[in-house]
Amino acid sequence: MAKTWKEWERPLIEVEENIEKLKQKAKASPEAEREDLLKRVAEFERRRDNYIEVMYSRLGPWEKVLVARADQRPYTLDYINSIFTNFTELEGDRRFGADHAIIGGPAYLDGEPVMVIGHQKGRNITERQYRNFAMAKPEGYRKAIRLMEMADRFGLPLISFVDTPAADPSVESESRGISEAIAASMLKMFELEVPSVSIVIGEGGSGGAIGIACASSVLMLEHAIYSVIPPEGCAAILWRMPDKGAQAATALKLTAAWAKEFGLIDEIVAEPKGGAHRDAIEAAGLAKEAIVRHLKLLKKKSGSKLKQERYEKFRKMGRFLSENPVDALAKTR
Amino acid sequence: MKAEAFLQCSQCKKILFSVEFEQLLRVCPHCGHHHRLLAKQRITATFDPESFEELDKEISSLDPLEFPDYEEKLEAAQAKNGATDSVISGWAKLDGMKVSAAVADFSFMGGSMGSVAGEKITRTLERAADAHCPAIIFCASGGARMQEGLLSLMQMAKTTAAVQRCRENGVPYISVFTDPTMAGVLASYASIADIILAEPGALIGFAGARVSKQAGVSKAPSDFQTAEWVLQNGMIDKIVHRREMRTTLTNLVKMLSWRLVKHG
Repeated sequence: MAKTWKEWERPLIEVEENIEKLKQKAKASPEAEREDLLKRVAEFERRRDNYIEVMYSRLGPWEKVLVARADQRPYTLDYINSIFTNFTELEGDRRFGADHAIIGGPAYLDGEPVMVIGHQKGRNITERQYRNFAMAKPEGYRKAIRLMEMADRFGLPLISFVDTPAADPSVESESRGISEAIAASMLKMFELEVPSVSIVIGEGGSGGAIGIACASSVLMLEHAIYSVIPPEGCAAILWRMPDKGAQAATALKLTAAWAKEFGLIDEIVAEPKGGAHRDAIEAAGLAKEAIVRHLKLLKKKSGSKLKQERYEKFRKMGRFLSENPVDALAKTR
Repeated sequence: MKAEAFLQCSQCKKILFSVEFEQLLRVCPHCGHHHRLLAKQRITATFDPESFEELDKEISSLDPLEFPDYEEKLEAAQAKNGATDSVISGWAKLDGMKVSAAVADFSFMGGSMGSVAGEKITRTLERAADAHCPAIIFCASGGARMQEGLLSLMQMAKTTAAVQRCRENGVPYISVFTDPTMAGVLASYASIADIILAEPGALIGFAGARVSKQAGVSKAPSDFQTAEWVLQNGMIDKIVHRREMRTTLTNLVKMLSWRLVKHG
């Protein structure tokens, strides 16, 4: 069982390296040999593409976990930079401090102003520490609430990008009420009279994720994960063995397909062949198309209708057995 | 089960008379430790005698994820506890005043919130909003129920939305944190009540103490995640001794719902 995405993709990386070497060799070779070498390059590239396609069409739950966490995967700011223009980050929670795990601010989407928020991961050690591994503290959620209120006040649709392993579990976050901050953020999302769209782009990690994901439309990227608990945490509880993450990932059914099957998300957004990290621009284009399409439908509805429909959507979530015929729907859904 | 005449306080280790211990609502007369209550005991200790009318009895958990050992665990909990799931909900009365109530039971799978607990909490809040009467929820939970995966996480959103209903209808909602109130429950409906009370010594926190201590640069204080520590940090309103809970709740509920009562 591979533990990281790099480890899992290694065979592919080796093929790519060989292709690169062959290309270099072709460049340096005399004309007569070059053509033959380039043919071999093309053949290897074709095989590589096939391999990627097969590999990514058969991702199991644990492979999805690895891909969703991949450090080459596009993060919130990558999406923001390709989907929107004039994004202006606003930082303060006006309460305690600045949080860098959740970012947000107004931007233009095809010329129309919207409010954008999202978890931001870091790509190297310095960035990761600065972003606190995308684990937001109470200040992050309180800033999000402030931006949501502003969106509501000025009639800007809200778009949130979800990509966090979890909310920050430290002593200091506890002391400033991380639980209350998450709950209050969800509550605010249910109060909004503007359209809202959430998109899970990588890791949808438990409370930290749902805190900014109570939207009118909830989308999820094909290889993203959404879970009540990290698979390692689940394995630690179930089998007292955190390294059984792969088994736990299977048991938790944390893939987009399952979330859709259970009626917990509205749409699965396709990723470029071989995952979003292979073509961040194309990934953003696909995400944008879905966001714009959902917003267009939502914008036709009144504020009270949006609120009511959002309530009704989440109200139906859950599966249980009922002996009351009125609940028969819940039983069979 | 055979009732023993004596038992030992798990906190101070002193020997207690069972009869006296029950009369004291399972609070140790020596050290004041509040021992956990079953939901049924909590109902008897809190609401007007014979006033509790249980609802939502017809719903029970499924195993939608076919999660390893979930069905067996559920059946074992049901057999042991006698309830169908971790929350009991219904109508109750406090000094004659009708309230919509839900009581969680830690002894049922750690009081965890899956689809059934989430549904019962939501119905409790919706009934309060619709009938214009106060909602009272006693929390006791390790968090969301892992075995129902993302469905459990969504119960956080669903119950939170129902709190919004109470707010819109001007209906007061009081939550009481009992030992323990953690994670997904704390980070949803529990923490956004109009008034939050807690029992002395109750464990209250987002992450398990082990996780918090690992993640924190700062060292955890010795009283970390206790009701007293949470109160000091401004996250709850009042710590209430179990024998005072009934009068405190009655008092608060009456003051906050004077308008509802006036309009009948």
